[in-house]
Amino acid sequence: MPDPMRIRATIQDSQATVRVLMSHEMETGQRKDSAGNVVPAHFIQSVVASHNGRQVFRAEWGPAVSKNPYLQFQFGGAKAGDKVQITWVDNKGETRTDEVVLR
Amino acid sequence: MRRTFWWAAAIAAATALGLLGIRVQAQPSDTIKEIERYREALADGNPAELWEARGEELWKTRRGPRQASLEACDIGKGPGVVAGAYASLPRYFADVDRVMDLETRLVHCMVTLQGFSPAETTRQVYGAGTKRSDVEALVAYVTAASRGVIMDVPMHHPKERAAYALGERIFFFRGGSHDFSCASCHGDPGKRIRLQDLPNLTDRNDAQRAYTSWPAYRVSQGELRTMQWRLYDCFRQQRFPALEFGSEASIALTAFLASNANGGTFNAPAIKR
Amino acid sequence: MRAAWLVVGTVVIAVAAGAGDPQSERQKTVEVMKNSFTARGQAGLDRLNQDEAQAACSRRPADGPVPVGVAEHIAKTSVASVKFPADGRLLGDWREGEKIAQSGIGMQFSDDPKRAAGGNCYACHELSPKELSFGTIGPSLRAFGKTRGFGPEMQRYVYMKVYNPHAFVACSTMPRFGYKGILTEAQIVHLVALLLDPASPVNQ
Repeated sequence: MPDPMRIRATIQDSQATVRVLMSHEMETGQRKDSAGNVVPAHFIQSVVASHNGRQVFRAEWGPAVSKNPYLQFQFGGAKAGDKVQITWVDNKGETRTDEVVLR
Repeated sequence: MRRTFWWAAAIAAATALGLLGIRVQAQPSDTIKEIERYREALADGNPAELWEARGEELWKTRRGPRQASLEACDIGKGPGVVAGAYASLPRYFADVDRVMDLETRLVHCMVTLQGFSPAETTRQVYGAGTKRSDVEALVAYVTAASRGVIMDVPMHHPKERAAYALGERIFFFRGGSHDFSCASCHGDPGKRIRLQDLPNLTDRNDAQRAYTSWPAYRVSQGELRTMQWRLYDCFRQQRFPALEFGSEASIALTAFLASNANGGTFNAPAIKR
Repeated sequence: MRAAWLVVGTVVIAVAAGAGDPQSERQKTVEVMKNSFTARGQAGLDRLNQDEAQAACSRRPADGPVPVGVAEHIAKTSVASVKFPADGRLLGDWREGEKIAQSGIGMQFSDDPKRAAGGNCYACHELSPKELSFGTIGPSLRAFGKTRGFGPEMQRYVYMKVYNPHAFVACSTMPRFGYKGILTEAQIVHLVALLLDPASPVNQ
């Protein structure tokens, strides 16, 4: 099971700022190991964020995104106590979902 | 592609940190401000936090043959106390009658409290991709609890003073194919290797700035690296053989460097190129 | 009476020397080092066996500068250590010299021992004006030949300096590239050309 994300979310005047750190190798599929074998591609392909169940952010990622990626985004209409849920899915079908309560 | 981006990002960040030799004072002040802003943004998303989180989990989970957590581990401030502990390490521990740094002490606790064999605890001291290091994660967790704490490495016990004296001798020890010592690169002010600024580790200000920024997430490696790794990789470039994890030389040298940084404010895990 | 004082004085000095004997402290340091490292790749534990110059030049601030007599001895033996190419030619190809100056490969346990080592000159010195990524541990060598002359004496000086820098400055920070077998005589000759060929970018 993949490691949990680190999510920090703050609100100011109903605008939420969400910062997410994801633990992922993000292998491009273009590197070779010391034995000369290609290291298989392994990277996050989609990231979805929802606010109280409604999708507010969606990203399609590829192998150009760095290892252990950091994502920051903002959205309006937020208030304290609301829930923000983030889900990523990688090219091997592995997935991880974490949630944070706005404060 | 991503490497190029990270290099650019890391160079910008490292420049603001004064780690690279690009002469910041020669730049217009708004450039410095922008670099500073960029550095802050980068530090804001420092993946070291992922190691800190995993380390906290490892610290609090019952593990090993004895199914014990590390919450009874005394790293210098009493059993289970992590807050501020790293700022006073290495130090003398009466129960083992010797000076230990954080990494050695963690291994000691994993063996004595959790019942791991020494070989198990040091099998993967430096993480490599999916082969992760528990020690690096634990170090991230413990050191983060000293952020903002003033460095105060004790020099009371004779063995602490002996470690410092030995560490100083090792710092100036020339050997290997290239006759390098630590001091070859880190013994004079205002030097750089290629474009990278070299801290003069015999100078209090430089030593404080350098020591308090380790451990660090190395963007170029995608790994969190500890002081033990820093010394290991310095000696590799010094053309010495491989420094053994937790060895007497590594602890003595750390005691010398940490003590030279006394009075500085600890600010790690940091992020570096 | 005076003789008695002399005897007491001698005893005091002997005791003091025994207590903080730098020789035994140095020996202890070497022992700790050997117990703290593992041989890996081409870097064996013999790398920790200090030769005369390494031991004499491992000085802490409290030890002060290397004593004059020791410095003279190191310089003398270093001059004698230099081997010149059999054909007597000291000026090689500056293009090869530039490659050697750029390369930092060599002698690390992570390096492939089959690959030729470089001199990594740019790590510490400014040389060609085209290379902006240079270090400042050593002095700038920009326009080296242009300002100092291109003659055979300079060629000899540069060759010796790269081969064993202690010949001119005892306890120099610079590696002894020839003496320690890091670079071959042929490689050093190319470095001489990098500094002393009038066509070398260093002299533009």
